[in-house]
Amino acid sequence: MNATKDLLYRIADDCLIIAHRNSEWTGLGPLLEEDIAFSSIAQDKLGHALSLYRILHEEFGERDPDTIAFTRNEKDFTCCHFVELPNGEYDFSLMRHFLFDAAEFLRWTMLKNSSIASVAALAAKIQGETKYHVYHGRTWVIRLASAGNEESKARMQSALETCWPFALGMFEHGVDEQALIREGVFAGEDELKTQWEEFVRSTMVEAGLIIPEHDAAVLGGRKGYHTEHLQPLLDEMTVVFRTDPGAEW
Amino acid sequence: MPSGDDDATSNHAVTFVVYRGTMETTMTTIEESDIWRALKDVKDPEIPTISVVDMGIIIKVDVQSPSDVTVIMTPTFTGCPAIDVMRADVEQAVRNLGVSNVHVSVTYDTPWSTSRLTDEGRAALLRHGLALPATLPDTGTEPTSIVLSLDVLSETACPYCGSHNTTVKSPFGPTLCRSLHYCNACLQAFEGFKPV
Repeated sequence: MNATKDLLYRIADDCLIIAHRNSEWTGLGPLLEEDIAFSSIAQDKLGHALSLYRILHEEFGERDPDTIAFTRNEKDFTCCHFVELPNGEYDFSLMRHFLFDAAEFLRWTMLKNSSIASVAALAAKIQGETKYHVYHGRTWVIRLASAGNEESKARMQSALETCWPFALGMFEHGVDEQALIREGVFAGEDELKTQWEEFVRSTMVEAGLIIPEHDAAVLGGRKGYHTEHLQPLLDEMTVVFRTDPGAEW
Repeated sequence: MPSGDDDATSNHAVTFVVYRGTMETTMTTIEESDIWRALKDVKDPEIPTISVVDMGIIIKVDVQSPSDVTVIMTPTFTGCPAIDVMRADVEQAVRNLGVSNVHVSVTYDTPWSTSRLTDEGRAALLRHGLALPATLPDTGTEPTSIVLSLDVLSETACPYCGSHNTTVKSPFGPTLCRSLHYCNACLQAFEGFKPV
C-alpha cells in the first residue's frame, strides 16, 4: 500500500475504534456531563473517520466508507493497540482520552501543512474540534490528580502507567515514513511523538503525575497485528450492518 | 418556524412554478439573490430558530443558468448528524424555485467558524435560549495556547440575565455545537453555542 493511503487508514482506523470505545460510555458515564462528553467525542471521532474514508474513496480509489468501516477483516485494520483496549474504569478511559486526543490534536495541527489539499482543509476543520477534546481531558486529569483526594490521584497515576507503553505505540511507523516526509504529506511519527511528549509533560507537571521512564512502545497495530480485544469490538460494531448490508438509512 | 400550513403553501408554490417553468416564462429571472432568499427558509433541524444562511454554513451559491444551480455548504462539525437533512432541505428549497438541476456539495475548503454567524443568526440563537459564543483570542500556533484559548468559555454571558459571572459545566452539550454552563447570578443552567 502506498505511504499516503497507509497514513490515512491509520488515522481513520484509530478514530473509528476509539469512537466505538467512547460510545460505550453512553448511558454509563460517572456523571451526566461526562456521559455526554464521551458520547459527543465519539460522534466527533466518527466524523473524522468518515471524512478520511471519504477522501480514500474519492481520491484514492478505495471502497465506499461504509464498506471500509464495516466489512474489513481484523488484520486489515491498522489502528494501534491503545484504542482497542476495553474501557476499564473511568480513570483509564479518561487518561487514554487525554493521551490519545493530545496526539490526534497535534497530528491534525501538523497536517494543516499537508501537501494533499483535501487533507490540509480537513485538518484545519478538525483542529478546531479536537482542541475541545484535549481541553476536556486535560481539565479532568488535572482536577482529579491535583485537586482531588489521595484515591483519585493514585488512580490517575496508575492509569498513566497502564496507558504509557500503549500510548507510545500510537507512533509506530507506517509503511514508508520517509516518503511522507519527502513529499510533504506529513512530517512523520517521530516529529509528532516529540511534540506530544512535550505537550503531555507540561500537563503532567501541572497535574503532579510522574511519567514512566523506561517503557517500550507496544507495537504491531500498524502492521495488522492486534490485541484479542479488537475482533469482539468489530463483531459488535458491525452487527447491524451485517444483518442487512444493503439497507438505506 | 415551519408549520404544516407553511409546508402546504410552499407545495402549492412548487406546482405553480414548475408549471410556469414548462411554459418557459419565469425561468430566466432566477438570480443568486433569489436563491439566498429561499435558503433563509431552510432551518437547522437542531436549532429551528436559525436558518442555514444565518448559521453561516452556506459558503457559496453559483447560478450557472436558470436551470443549473450549485450550492456549496460546510458542516459546523465533521460529525454533525444534521448535515444530510440540511443538504436535502437546501436542494429542495432551490428546486422549489423551479431550478431543475440543483447540485449541493459539502466541503471543508472554507471551514465553518462562529464568526460566520450573521447578526440575525446571533439573535436567533438567543431566542432559542442559547448563549452567544465568546470570542476566541488569537493565540498563534503554539498548541498549548490553542487549547487553553478555550478558557474563554468561562466568560460566556448568561442568555437569561446577561451576567458574565458564569461557570462552564462541560464543553460538551446535547449537540456537538453546544456547551453546558451555569449562571451564578440568576442561578440557572444554560447552554451555549461553542466558539470555533
